Amino acid sequence: MNQLSLLGLISLVVRRDLVLAMRRRADVLTTLIFFVMVVSLFPLGVGPEMEMLRKMAPGLVWVSALLASMLSLGRMFSADYLDGTLEQMMLAPQSLAIVVLSKILAHWMVSGFPLVIIAPVLGMQFDMSAQALWVLMITLLLGTPILSVIGAAGAALTLGLRGGGALVSLLVLPLCIPVLIFGAGAVESVVSGINAGSNLALLGAILVMALAFMPWITAHALRISLE
Amino acid sequence: MVPWFSWSAAIFFVAGLYLGFFVAPTDVQQGEAYRIMFIHVPASILSMFIYLVMAGYAALGLIFNTRLSSMMASALAPTGALLAFLSLWTGALWGKPMWGSWWVWDARLTSELILLFLYIGFIALHASIEDPRRADRASALLAIIGSVNVPIIYFSVQWWNTLHQGATIKFTGTSMHEVMQQGLLAMLLAVWLYAIAMTLIRVRSIILERESKTQWVAELIEVKR
Repeated sequence: MNQLSLLGLISLVVRRDLVLAMRRRADVLTTLIFFVMVVSLFPLGVGPEMEMLRKMAPGLVWVSALLASMLSLGRMFSADYLDGTLEQMMLAPQSLAIVVLSKILAHWMVSGFPLVIIAPVLGMQFDMSAQALWVLMITLLLGTPILSVIGAAGAALTLGLRGGGALVSLLVLPLCIPVLIFGAGAVESVVSGINAGSNLALLGAILVMALAFMPWITAHALRISLE
Repeated sequence: MVPWFSWSAAIFFVAGLYLGFFVAPTDVQQGEAYRIMFIHVPASILSMFIYLVMAGYAALGLIFNTRLSSMMASALAPTGALLAFLSLWTGALWGKPMWGSWWVWDARLTSELILLFLYIGFIALHASIEDPRRADRASALLAIIGSVNVPIIYFSVQWWNTLHQGATIKFTGTSMHEVMQQGLLAMLLAVWLYAIAMTLIRVRSIILERESKTQWVAELIEVKR
């Protein structure tokens, strides 16, 4: 067997997961449509006053993104678990943590990145300023990978359990609260005319920390779930 | 060991409550309502401390594969959750006359609420996995991930300038009345001993449950009866 470089391994797994996701496009679209629908539910629920909605918009978009990303977590490992691919990955000589990292990357590309793209359109519905929309995109770009990374650990821990979907949310949501606070906080500070730098820096710091530790923890969780 | 801890917990409980509610003088700023602190403060301290102990036991169980430490971790969780809930509840009761509202979205309250959610998540994950070995190890990992939150709660009053007041008792001396301090210490000890007693009782039943197929359990007098 020829030697596989680190980047080669990552691109191999990412490409495989992307191809699989493209074969089942409906799954990808459900997350996106769920996001759009939840955001549009809020004006119906709290009334259409523009003044209030403009104030709520950052938090609202962020909460919806958080919920939407919970929705797709169960799928991250379950298909591979059911057809035995996951066990093969575990047996492979390459590091499981790197495989997990690339799976997370692929998962983010199909479920997190579309949210980032569609968010400005939703923000416009709430009459957000152009500057706030930019910051909203940046925070989501930094934040959604964190949600995927933390969510991966939850998905790995609950792999193959009954009622796994609700349980994942119960485990992962408390851990995601800081991301929500800083993400929505950055947008709100721009809206009220303060520099968003500190919130963005904290968000970036969480991303780096999570990327460094969580794949390793997730790999460990997978080993526990599959032993 | 259980009767020792339970009885001493009961004694300190009575002493602490007596000191707190009858002997300690009324506070200048906060009036009588401050007395809820005698329950609130020990419950909050212990809820954080138990989480750390639980995560420590969980880590031990994960690393060295010792069965008893995993059992201890799962025995600690309900007590910790109860204390976290008590701390939020008494905090709400205190907040109503002091701040004028039951709940304020401030950093410390929110992070204590997250701590309660973490406890619930730990218990839920443990309960939903059938195989006890896997349940132990999976929830151990979760406990370790969640332990990041405890320092955040502890330092939240210093990091963010919030409504929740900072610690009054410091190692360098205290601004508190002596009797108040004694009452608080007695209550802290009481809650501490209570937590130990409850955990020991719970770990005993967990051991009996898991070892129910073995010879030595079958030979116990209580089981034979």
